[in-house]
Amino acid sequence: MSNIIEVKNLTKEFKEIRAVDNLSFSVAAGKVYGFLGQNGAGKSTTIRMLLTLIKPSSGSIEIFGMNLQQHRKEILSQVGAIIERPDLYKYLTALENLRIFATMSGVKITEKKLMDQLDEVGLADRANSLVKTYSQGMKQRLGIATALVHNPKLIILDEPTNGLDPQGIADIRNLIIRLSKASGKTLLISSHLLSEMELIADSMLIIDKGKKLVEGSVNDLFDPAETVVELKTTDDAAVFEQLQTSSLQKYVQGKRNDCVLLKLHRNEVPVVMKELVKMDVNVISLHSKHSLEDYFLSLTTGNSHVEATKN
Amino acid sequence: MINDFGLIVRTTRKGFTLSLAAILLFPSMLKAQTADELIQQVKAKLDKVNDYQANGKMKTNVVFIKAPIANVKVYYKKPNRLRINNESGISFIPKGSVNINLNNIFINTEGFDIIDVGKEDKTNFRIIKLLPKDENAEVVLSTLYIDEKLSLIRKAKTTTKENGTYELEMTYGKYAAYGLADKINFSFNTKDYKLPKGITFDYDDGSKKEENPDKLKNKKGKVEITYSDYIINKGVPDSVFK
Amino acid sequence: MWKLLKIELFKIFKRPRTYIAFGAIAAVVFLIQIALKYDGKSYVDLLLNNLSGSFEFSDEFKGKLLNGYMICFVILNTLLIQMPLLVALIAGDSIAGEANMGTLRLSLTKPISRTEYMLVKFGASVIYTFALLVWMAILALFGSMIIFGTNDLVVLRSEGIEQMKHFDVLWRYFAAFGYAAVALTTVSALAFLLSVFAENSIGPIIATMSIVIVFTILSEMNIPIYDQTIKPYLFTSHMVAWKGFFYVQADAEGTTINGSIENLPAVLRSLGILIIYIGVFFSTAVWVFRKKDILT
Repeated sequence: MSNIIEVKNLTKEFKEIRAVDNLSFSVAAGKVYGFLGQNGAGKSTTIRMLLTLIKPSSGSIEIFGMNLQQHRKEILSQVGAIIERPDLYKYLTALENLRIFATMSGVKITEKKLMDQLDEVGLADRANSLVKTYSQGMKQRLGIATALVHNPKLIILDEPTNGLDPQGIADIRNLIIRLSKASGKTLLISSHLLSEMELIADSMLIIDKGKKLVEGSVNDLFDPAETVVELKTTDDAAVFEQLQTSSLQKYVQGKRNDCVLLKLHRNEVPVVMKELVKMDVNVISLHSKHSLEDYFLSLTTGNSHVEATKN
Repeated sequence: MINDFGLIVRTTRKGFTLSLAAILLFPSMLKAQTADELIQQVKAKLDKVNDYQANGKMKTNVVFIKAPIANVKVYYKKPNRLRINNESGISFIPKGSVNINLNNIFINTEGFDIIDVGKEDKTNFRIIKLLPKDENAEVVLSTLYIDEKLSLIRKAKTTTKENGTYELEMTYGKYAAYGLADKINFSFNTKDYKLPKGITFDYDDGSKKEENPDKLKNKKGKVEITYSDYIINKGVPDSVFK
Repeated sequence: MWKLLKIELFKIFKRPRTYIAFGAIAAVVFLIQIALKYDGKSYVDLLLNNLSGSFEFSDEFKGKLLNGYMICFVILNTLLIQMPLLVALIAGDSIAGEANMGTLRLSLTKPISRTEYMLVKFGASVIYTFALLVWMAILALFGSMIIFGTNDLVVLRSEGIEQMKHFDVLWRYFAAFGYAAVALTTVSALAFLLSVFAENSIGPIIATMSIVIVFTILSEMNIPIYDQTIKPYLFTSHMVAWKGFFYVQADAEGTTINGSIENLPAVLRSLGILIIYIGVFFSTAVWVFRKKDILT
């Protein structure tokens, strides 16, 4: 079985809104699959359809080679998930929460295994504290523990690093890599942070307004030398106008209210700098930044490399 | 007070006239007893009892009460103390139940005027009316139906100022010698039964209620006591009447 | 299924709010018991006020009248009207509370069908309702029996007085508590149904209470056009039918027939109507929930 998830022509309509529009993709076994899109792009709706929380208007979903509607129980017993926030029973302890969701997953789990699971996410010493006393990061880790406690083959994490501090984000990142590389799990992870996905995903899907923009392996999608640069000057509006009529015009991507965006190859940075000095532009800063938003910009301005992978 | 001379006394509430002629013509060997004599005999029988306690079964028949048959103990002590006790359960004891003690009829500080009404056709019981002389007495009139042969009151009707009319009907047996009945039927007037609506949230079972607004209005209630045994003149502690 | 039910019960009985209802019942029962223990005479005088023209009521009579059985009847009469709120507190929270906490979506990604989930949730609400009634029976019935002793039971209704022997009472209470369980399960089913539509538990709790209050007012008002049209079909009209077990039959002479019920078919009919309501409320809830997209 090569593909763990096989989605075909998936569509979901809520009254007038088409939240997911004819979406098809597949997730290979043992891989980390990044599911990217801005807020409201349809990521959550798609993930909820994968987890039977939302009924598709049309299209089909197969997981582990089985139709999701017809084999719901068999499939879900092998899936672990966090959807958006890891909300748990705040008036219960971590251990009690874990025990409840383990039991609901239909597997027999010993107390020792529950404790081991908490230990793995670093919560063993707080196992008997009420969840309402937990920090956001601890809740997130407990959420992951509940998703993993029944040893699922497929793990679906919706925005797992939301609201976490840098250390928390790093911890989750390491956990995901470990799960994938050491345990051979398949992971579907949604995010609106491209930089995060670049580090952990093997391949990814980017959607916008419910439609697929691109799908492919991360290596194929990104040329690390190709970068979007934020240029901050003393007068961005004037500089933007000035650049339009200069030799740097071909690099201009667009303008945001606090900077001008340039897209260029790493080697071209010194050239651009020199030219800016020549034009007497008062540069405050110039730094490259990967963001989904910028990536969208690059998609819409016709990067040939990306174009080639578009379906 | 009953006439001590054994005269036939015809009385009205305003006074009485002696019928001397009757006395002269029919001395004491008279076949027919005078009303006075009869009352005396009845009273004498009742006077033999200083106190009693009796066991009985009481049946309550009041239109708005559904009550089980109750085991009761009835206590009496001269002159007019009577108590009906349901020792194990609850019984609604009608007002004026003290009147089931027949002695009570003759208790009146200022005496009675006695009226001989004659005989009841069907039963041949002698009908005698007693009118208390005391104008303020609660009892206005008592009508007694007396079995002359046995000197026993078989029926009594008492009209009161405030509490309507009571009726008693007695059946005698083993304790007839003491003027104590085996079975007493006590009828009394009941006032309207009304419970403020809204305090109970009744369950309306949807069945058509009888369209009879009089049902709960002034009606006769009945209490029937059937005695199984009496313990007579063996003393009854005062405490039971409290 | 049993494991899931155990989880639900665990969750319910781990929440402090669950015990509010038990505390409230205990408080009301104790307050009534204390009041009647120390000032029962005034209460009895009030009840018997209208009868004292025809009957003599000794202190001994009043003491016997105010026995444990009667106290329990007074408590049930007062408390069962308030119980829907306590039941709605849990049943209305059943689904909406999970949605509000965000645990509903996680629970529904588990290998449990939505119908199973609903059965377990409703089952737990029903068990909670039963637990409340058992608690009430312990305090109001057995507690009063211990504090006030037992004797014949006298029930005053607007049509007259129902009196039954002391040995003929306890089974009626068991039947009445059983009936009350069904009546409150109806409320529970309504709150449960409303809970499916809401994303926080306040809405269904208030909606349930509003419906119960409006229906109760309609049931209690004597408006001819409602009497034979909608009144017989309101579930609230049938919720008080537990009292039917305390209405006895009498023979022609007005003597109570031991072990009898005045109108058993009417009580059973009321019971049937409530069961139909429960069925309709619950199956609608399941039907809606199965189709529902979980967006919380």
